[in-house]
Amino acid sequence: MISFCLNGVWKQEYDVDPSTLLRYLRSVQGLTGTKEGCASGDCGACTVLIGNRNDETSNDWQFESANSCITLVSQLNGKALLTVEALANRGQLHPAQQAMVDCHGSQCGFCTPGFVMSLAGLYRQANAADSIEVNRQDIVEALAGNLCRCTGYRPIIEAGQKMLSMPEPQSGVQQQEFQQPGSQQLGSQQKSSQHPDPQEVAIWCPPPVPDAAAKHNAGGSLAQGNRSANAPVTEKELQLLLADDPNARLVAGATDIALEVTQQFRDIDNTIYLGDIDTLQAITENDQDFVIGSAVSYSRLESLFDQYFPEFGGMLRRLGSRQIRNQGTLGGNIGNASPIGDTPPVLIALGADIQLMNHHGQERWMPLEKFFLSYKKTALQPGEYIRSIRVPKLGEEEALKVYKISKRLEDDISAVLLAVWCKQSQQSIADIRVAFGGMAAVPMRAASVEAALQGKTISPQVFEQAGQQLQKDFQPLTDVRASSGYRLQVAANLLQKCAWELMSPDQVTRIEDIHGDFSGEGQKHA
Amino acid sequence: MRKLVDTPELRRNRQVKGKVGQQSEHESALKHVTGKAQYVDDIPEIQGTLHTAVGGSAYPHARILSMDLSRVWSAPGVKDVITAQDVPGHVDIGPVFPGDPVLVESECEYIGQPIFAVAATSYEAAKQAVKLADIEYEELPAVLDVSAGLKEAFYVRPPHSQVSGDAIVAIDAAPNRISGRQYVKGQEHFYLEGQASMVVPTEDGGMMVYTSSQHPTEVQKLVAEVMGLPFNQVQVEVRRMGGGFGGKETQAAPVACIAALLAHRTGKPVKYRMSRQDDMVMTGKRHDFLNTYEVGFDERGRIQGTKMTVTGKCGNSPDLSDAIVDRAMFHAGNAYFLGEAEVTGYRCKTHTVSNTAFRGFGGPQGMMLGEQMIEDIAYHLGLDPLEVRKQNLFGKDERNTTHYGQLVEDFMLGDMISQLESESDYQARRQAIRIFNQTSPYLKKGLALTPVMFGISFTVQHLNQAGALLHIYTDGSIHLNHGGTEMGQGLFTKVAQVVAEEFQVDLDRIAVSATRTDKVPNTSPTAASSGSDLNGMAARDACVTIKSRLTEFASEHYGVSANQIRFENNHVVITGAPQAEEDNEQWVSFADFVQLAYMNRISLSSTGYYKTPKIHYDRETGKGRPFFYFANGAAVSEVIVDTLTGEYKVLRVDILHDVGSSLNPAIDIGQIEGGFVQGMGWLTTEELLWDDTGKLISNSPANYKIPTAGDIPEDFRVKLVNQHPNAEATIYRSKAVGEPPFMLAISVWSAIRNAVASLADYRYAPPLDPPATPERVLSAVSATRQYLAQVKGALEEGVK
Repeated sequence: MISFCLNGVWKQEYDVDPSTLLRYLRSVQGLTGTKEGCASGDCGACTVLIGNRNDETSNDWQFESANSCITLVSQLNGKALLTVEALANRGQLHPAQQAMVDCHGSQCGFCTPGFVMSLAGLYRQANAADSIEVNRQDIVEALAGNLCRCTGYRPIIEAGQKMLSMPEPQSGVQQQEFQQPGSQQLGSQQKSSQHPDPQEVAIWCPPPVPDAAAKHNAGGSLAQGNRSANAPVTEKELQLLLADDPNARLVAGATDIALEVTQQFRDIDNTIYLGDIDTLQAITENDQDFVIGSAVSYSRLESLFDQYFPEFGGMLRRLGSRQIRNQGTLGGNIGNASPIGDTPPVLIALGADIQLMNHHGQERWMPLEKFFLSYKKTALQPGEYIRSIRVPKLGEEEALKVYKISKRLEDDISAVLLAVWCKQSQQSIADIRVAFGGMAAVPMRAASVEAALQGKTISPQVFEQAGQQLQKDFQPLTDVRASSGYRLQVAANLLQKCAWELMSPDQVTRIEDIHGDFSGEGQKHA
Repeated sequence: MRKLVDTPELRRNRQVKGKVGQQSEHESALKHVTGKAQYVDDIPEIQGTLHTAVGGSAYPHARILSMDLSRVWSAPGVKDVITAQDVPGHVDIGPVFPGDPVLVESECEYIGQPIFAVAATSYEAAKQAVKLADIEYEELPAVLDVSAGLKEAFYVRPPHSQVSGDAIVAIDAAPNRISGRQYVKGQEHFYLEGQASMVVPTEDGGMMVYTSSQHPTEVQKLVAEVMGLPFNQVQVEVRRMGGGFGGKETQAAPVACIAALLAHRTGKPVKYRMSRQDDMVMTGKRHDFLNTYEVGFDERGRIQGTKMTVTGKCGNSPDLSDAIVDRAMFHAGNAYFLGEAEVTGYRCKTHTVSNTAFRGFGGPQGMMLGEQMIEDIAYHLGLDPLEVRKQNLFGKDERNTTHYGQLVEDFMLGDMISQLESESDYQARRQAIRIFNQTSPYLKKGLALTPVMFGISFTVQHLNQAGALLHIYTDGSIHLNHGGTEMGQGLFTKVAQVVAEEFQVDLDRIAVSATRTDKVPNTSPTAASSGSDLNGMAARDACVTIKSRLTEFASEHYGVSANQIRFENNHVVITGAPQAEEDNEQWVSFADFVQLAYMNRISLSSTGYYKTPKIHYDRETGKGRPFFYFANGAAVSEVIVDTLTGEYKVLRVDILHDVGSSLNPAIDIGQIEGGFVQGMGWLTTEELLWDDTGKLISNSPANYKIPTAGDIPEDFRVKLVNQHPNAEATIYRSKAVGEPPFMLAISVWSAIRNAVASLADYRYAPPLDPPATPERVLSAVSATRQYLAQVKGALEEGVK
């Protein structure tokens, strides 16, 4: 069984199809306000808010946007779920909705519920955090995973700005407006207005779980036919499940595995969701490094990385979208082993290690770069899971540079990703690691380039010459994202750019950092 | 209906809400934001509804030798499987010319072309079942690109030319001559709601079709024809689309036809909703175009003669390509006088999905040729492209006839460009950018101002007609229906505003309703930007009919003449009536008056009709007046380009656009901004790609990138031209706005090119075929650097 609070009402499910949340909402619950635009997490029309309780003792819930089309129902145990149907309060629109109407933010309207939910999520965060400054860029970031083909976005961004100046809907107590399955009949709306005795439910602060056992005593599970899905809450449970089926599919954020269901229409027989296990959600810090649990989402890493690895933090803002970063995890990105995953090259450049654990509870550590064996093949054995990633902090004279090249700035998969870790001594290179994504079947270091740079004085010429070694290290593919020739050329040019930036770190050099009135003389924005 | 408080004070001071010219919100805005707006896939399913998936060709060109569908039949949940042999009526559903089988009979002509269709108890079951087909093919030689098609004269329709004077002689006589070519890629519509139809069999053996289509009448016709039914047995309803952009003009019909065939055989309601990937693979897109020009011009860049060719990649069938390539020809000169000119259009057949209508309908691809030509002239002469643009604009008294013989009347672009140049501070920014580019090592800025002059009307004459149906009920509420469809463009809102204006009643008194073939028959597609022009006029005609009946009745009833009766502030006002109150006027609320008319047996319902006057075009001679009028616009874009990576960002955009007297400025600005950003996507990040085997590899939003909120300029200023009503008598002197702003985005492409051209001090025109992806921009940078190296080499040779 899993239980979750849907629009303020706790639901228990036993034998629903352990498929995607979007299918569940539209087919089982009849909640068709949430739309399918792509079924691949790229358009945001299916955006919902998923709430997690901040701690066991309080009833404070933190809501984050997610693509319901690539969220599995089994990820919801103990969580609160909000869809567009529940947002208006007794006919009074939520500020996100009212501002969208006022600013002419909808045209065809198909993407609108998704935008409304992303905006409502931002509104909630801005208000919860007691007046944190939300600027235009924050709004754009919140919306980068929502595609609109009609408006050109200007009125939607304006709605985001307007919404933030509107008062919070009173008390967070909402009328349950959506219809129950099977109750879709004519006249039901009039009926409810004639009987002003609404079942009032708290959508933002869900009522107590009706059956206390539903949460955290044991994990959730779903089964239908020969398909099952489990959501353990301890590593012990996880290990038992893995002992039972060492080949069960591990699910972290599901942002990739769900595509097998929605794009290839495969049935996945047995999945284990890792996100409910507290120990995999932990981040610990000591003087030398961070140890990051494999199920920590990208969103949770943003502020940490901004502080310790600003270029990594900056790149995360271009990894997927807000919805994807709320779901996707560092462990998932590594375990998925895509040659175009964005975090592995950065972690390799930083010299990260990875901790693997098996169903007997035995652990092993290895340098991350040894983990990737060949295309989509890793050192992970059946029955093993990724437990954590150890990331060394930057020392004195050490710098990390990260470059992501894609057709579109936001929410796009890299054609090339370059990460350079460099230890300087005076103006010369004491040590350097140069790692690329998109250049080979696995994320990997450019050995010849590194050799050409070790011990040299930093200059664009030196890096340009080192770039000529790239062809020894890589024979990249031509595919839908870029040609082989472009990948090699841009990789070499990025090395030059890296040299420019190492020499004058305060200059604005990145397209994404440039704003309307840029005159070229300014320094980087704080 | 809520009664208005009715005091003489209020009557006079309370303005009618939602009249023409007001910024009324979209009629469905509240439903959009609450998730209550229903699209086809949201309609509650009748018990037993079946779901559809389609199996498509694995090869671009192949003959089917054998087909074994037994494993498909036996897959879980499958209720029916059909092939072309199961079609009782017409197999070919080509919209204008034949060439589009609803299911392939024997010869496949593109990868993904539908061969068989499955109805199953769930969508997932249907999708899983189609994978089980066993089809044996004989591969045939495939033509995959337009140059191959051109070489072999492999056309879907014959070539066609528009000739004015002798281009060759004029070019040869000119002091300067250049030539150029460009390959302009197509575009995926990416409407957020994919193609969808739900078909419910009726008790008479007919079909009720709910579809997401811009052309319900054609869906009706084609469903009837594949079923072998008279048209009156098929009803089609379209409440709204989740975006259309031309992609649901002809492409919705096959979806409805397949669902209807399965519904007929199973006797069950059948829904066919395409997955995003199927939609991208199986439905047509904007045409790629291969364009060339030769041009002769004087020292100031003024054109004397032009020879152009535009060649559309049509895909496997004619679809609408005849008219689309025509429009590329009409617009190849954009707002410029081409001198003595010859423009020829070719329509190449390729073994790829048949390309179709997309906002601009070939116009953008033609306009790209004219704009590149103008810039090439400028860089050749070392002039600012804006100067050459100005040199070549149509004149007011001379140089004012297009190459297809239409006199350009009420030409506005000279004034509009001056206004925009000054309001956008173009010259000062041009100077600042030159200085920036001289000192910045690898970031370079570019600036461009481009105009748009877009002809309004269907170039196929008979389509320029429309119908409407209007009822007034006895409580004074109004029911409005017309042949136009709502795809987000705000048509229903605008036409309702027309009705509000005519009767001077509040907009919320008017209920807009789904487009239905049994309410208004024989309609044209909602396309060619014509929705408001045509349907607004038809609705107005219905209003006028009813109003004249009401006025006649009032004049008899109150014993006054017709000119003593007016509609104002939700009332009918009778001057000099026996019961007149103050000011010698009697105010009767609209509802009371309508009730009175009903009691006196006055008909409160009417149809309305409109056809566009003045237009004609003779395709034999390539001459005529295909357009009722032109819509105009101009845009200035500023970009910054990273010449190490080819990445870029649009920093600021200023737009001045002409919509005549706006029916609804908020909706019009929405169309301008939305069109601009969609055009920007076409020319920058959206890249269609096929592999060598003819398979579309940009088949998902993961690898086909439309703009996001982060791509739009932070500084985005859009203005409507003030105080310039349409010179032609359109609906309240407004102008069409759907397509024209799309082409304002050419300024972004030009600005990127301008930034790259700075590397060679603006003396070299960088080759930059759109879409200007970072890869293509870097390639333009490389070409420019190579040019510089050659020039330098030549200079050094000279010194030796």
